[in-house]
Amino acid sequence: MLKRMVTKSGFYGTLTLFIAFSAMPFYIMLITMFKRNHDLLNPDNNPFIFNEPPTLQHLNLLLHQTQFPVFLLNTLLVGLAVVCITVLLSLPAAYSLARLAGNWGGIVGVGIFLTYLVPPTLLFIPLSRIIADLGLQNSLWALVLVYPTFTVPFCTWLLMSFFKSIPRDIEEQALIDGCSRLGAFFRIILPLSVPGIITVIVFAFTLVVNEYIYALAFIQESGSKTIGIGLTTELIRGDVFYWGALMGGALLASIPVAVIYTLFLDKIISGLNLGSGRQ
Amino acid sequence: MRSGRPFHRDSLTAFALLVPVVVYLAAFIGFPFVMSFIYSISNATIGDPHFSITGLNNFREMFHDAAFRTSLANTFIFTFVSIALVIVLAHILAELLIRDFPGKWIARFLLMLPWTTPIALGTIGFLWFMDSVYSPFDWLLRKLGLLGSPGDLFGPMSNLYWLARPGLAMASVILVHVWRLLPLATVILIAGLNAIPREIVEAAQIDGAGYFRRLFHITLPLLFPVIGVTVLFSVFFTFTDMTVVWILTRGGPPPHATQVLASLAFLKSIQGGDLAQGAAISLFFFPVLAGIAAIVLRLVKKAVVV
Repeated sequence: MLKRMVTKSGFYGTLTLFIAFSAMPFYIMLITMFKRNHDLLNPDNNPFIFNEPPTLQHLNLLLHQTQFPVFLLNTLLVGLAVVCITVLLSLPAAYSLARLAGNWGGIVGVGIFLTYLVPPTLLFIPLSRIIADLGLQNSLWALVLVYPTFTVPFCTWLLMSFFKSIPRDIEEQALIDGCSRLGAFFRIILPLSVPGIITVIVFAFTLVVNEYIYALAFIQESGSKTIGIGLTTELIRGDVFYWGALMGGALLASIPVAVIYTLFLDKIISGLNLGSGRQ
Repeated sequence: MRSGRPFHRDSLTAFALLVPVVVYLAAFIGFPFVMSFIYSISNATIGDPHFSITGLNNFREMFHDAAFRTSLANTFIFTFVSIALVIVLAHILAELLIRDFPGKWIARFLLMLPWTTPIALGTIGFLWFMDSVYSPFDWLLRKLGLLGSPGDLFGPMSNLYWLARPGLAMASVILVHVWRLLPLATVILIAGLNAIPREIVEAAQIDGAGYFRRLFHITLPLLFPVIGVTVLFSVFFTFTDMTVVWILTRGGPPPHATQVLASLAFLKSIQGGDLAQGAAISLFFFPVLAGIAAIVLRLVKKAVVV
């Protein structure tokens, strides 16, 4: 009995430490965003609690006197555009690789996956030249054009394994019944793939919100900044930190992303896992 | 073909459906990838579209540059230390999370936050933790009597100045990388732990094998492939990252205490305008990434066979 209690408290103790570690920055964001500056900027005050009544002043500053809403809108616009492009490009490609292409399809599939391993940190230099040549510096179109480079390879791969999990028989029955390939795709396969497509949409969108390096390299104008670079370059000016607003902005932008990502976590991870460690 | 329909028609459709993706990836990954090799042996700058090939000058210059050598070493240090810590911590956390307990979903949500939220935004929270005056870490240490008066463990100054001292700045960057990667590694390891048949572990337990014996003789060997996948992804995400360094330290404290290859390449090319130097530096990712690609290829082959 005692041994069980010790094990149990050890279990919860360790778990609490891990949770504290993981959630720590978000907790401090939450506290800081509602703290009065007088409370916040006193090194003797306990930073983990409210020593003075909370205030909405930082939130006001964030929403009305910074370009935070613009950053959010820009991120949303780029996200939606990239999601559309990603689905339009990877859906047919994945179907082709899963069903139609013969042996050479396997090679193309692996080739597409390998492009996922070429990181933005290697590509941003030549791409910044290309963006400059296209006259797209400081334009959201630069991001819309470039972001599919990291969403398309992975999403194609994810959808391909999804299509492969749908039994061929269903489709072949439709073909025998006189459906064309495309007809079978739209009437049979597409409705069955809705969960896979939603996963891809969520994954592509969260990747867009996550992206930092391309945005930093291509966008200098504050009106065209996305959330990540907007907060870290506009609200941190030299030595002046709008701490409360900065923390509030980071928290408000991360929580929705975290919630939708968590709902799809297992599907995305099983895609990352390449089928090793599968149950 | 398998459905008995004319081969060339399906094949043609297959080809047509793949063309857009292949063209796009060739234009925006393939072409720039080749260009970065060409830039690295040229004198390309950001303002002038014309450049000429100048041979291996950039590489020669680079090797004589102390900033480059520091960045190269830092990149490896950050990657290896972060991953070692991540694997150990993730294994502990995975062992905790394979159990069922009340409130598991909220615990899971909180534990996954570092991975599910954008890294740039999470790092912003750490900026406050590592602030030179208001750092909550420092406050905690002062309250514990470990900092702030003569004779204290961490010194008599009232602050540790996390991002202003080379060693602590490196530790800060590693801390954020570990924080960021822990959830992903844990999830991958949980999948691996779940795949180990319970009977094997139970049989060993009945035979009298203790925890560590079971760990080193059963769990770890069976987990080995999954740990491999975890290391692979961790290397991929840490080795090429510059976001954490950029937001926390910009490569500082001066001259280049926490500079990594990615941030140095950014500094030289985008900020300094020297695309050629930047490209030469970023090419140093290539051998490591090629290694990762080779391993992934083997895994993919296995996955396709299964």
